[in-house]
Amino acid sequence: MTRYDNLLATVGGTPLVGLPGLSPSPDVRLWAKLEDRNPTGSIKDRPALKMIEQAEKDGQLRPGCTILEPTSGNTGISLAMAARLKGYRLVCVMPENTSAERRQLLGMWGAEIVSSPAAGGSNEAVRVAKGIAADHPDWVMLYQYGNEANALAHQEGTGPELLADLPGITHFVAGLGTTGTLMGVSRFFREAKPDVRIVAAEPRYGELVYGLRNLDEGFVPELYDESLIDSRFSVGPRDAVRRVRELLDVEGIFAGISTGAILHAALGQAAKAVRAGESADIAFVVADGGWKYLSTGAYEGTVDEAEERLEGQLWA
Amino acid sequence: MAIEVRIPTILRTYTGGEKAVTADGSSLSALIDDLEANHPGIKERLIEDSESGQDLRRFVNVYVNDEDVRFIGGLEAEISDGDQVVVLPAVAGG
Repeated sequence: MTRYDNLLATVGGTPLVGLPGLSPSPDVRLWAKLEDRNPTGSIKDRPALKMIEQAEKDGQLRPGCTILEPTSGNTGISLAMAARLKGYRLVCVMPENTSAERRQLLGMWGAEIVSSPAAGGSNEAVRVAKGIAADHPDWVMLYQYGNEANALAHQEGTGPELLADLPGITHFVAGLGTTGTLMGVSRFFREAKPDVRIVAAEPRYGELVYGLRNLDEGFVPELYDESLIDSRFSVGPRDAVRRVRELLDVEGIFAGISTGAILHAALGQAAKAVRAGESADIAFVVADGGWKYLSTGAYEGTVDEAEERLEGQLWA
Repeated sequence: MAIEVRIPTILRTYTGGEKAVTADGSSLSALIDDLEANHPGIKERLIEDSESGQDLRRFVNVYVNDEDVRFIGGLEAEISDGDQVVVLPAVAGG
């Protein structure tokens, strides 16, 4: 079925694509879930739409309402598209060290942007947004970091789609940001196929982003439940860039930088399976396409140059 | 035995501004004790008392060769010569 009533109805149902060139052997295979095929080009269309629908159902969101959200970009872009179609005003709080394209896209769909300081990254955006929410009690903050509808979108969508397309799935690898993707997909598999290993790839940024005033100002999303994850890896910009270029060179997939980090962790699991002499079907998330990151310089010049250019940027 | 430990900006007051220091220990908890011997005060910033004895503080993440120690034994995680340990504060993504 490829006919839909409107754009929002096309969210999800993304292709799962085999990677014969990057898979180490016919017994240990990698599969890419192309979430860039969602309407605004990222996996965030799933939670954004679900959070809005849930808030409408609860009576929290009514026509003419203003939505407020702290976001480093993709969630904001997804919300902006849905808000435009549904007639809501959207205010996004975004760290100033995010790519220019994300700001342009948000503006195109009519979102207003409040910038938060670069130092502290998304922690600061969350803090600033909470302050604005207190000043505007009539605005609706969907709050992706603590909104169960975020995880639910993946429990009901991404997870079942993966199992249907890859019944022999052994590993699922995704990025760790709000933790919604991993929490939701894990909840689905813990029920449906409990032996699937759930692996998190967490972007490791430059020092500026960790510039907190003290450790008590750290942030763990309210959605996060450690018991739903089997392992968690920190991936720096160098490995992310190297892998995102490999994905393009070997398989022709043009993905965003965070997908490089996810692929790095997926290849680590593949190597482990090979060493153990086990077969594996490893599905990982292509969170978005590379378009929004062209201005970061991640795809040009040497890996050293790209790594240097990403220093201090929120590249995932 | 020498293990490189990367220290985040906010804890460098304990390492005289050094970004990375070396320490010894066959487990994370032994490594942190060794760190404390040379950089007094740092242990208290990394570890807190918990129901089960001691645990990493909630907003402290420690990685051994890029893997989060909470999934490989926590404070009992094994560490060997040449491993790289990274300490980072927990930050938001998304």
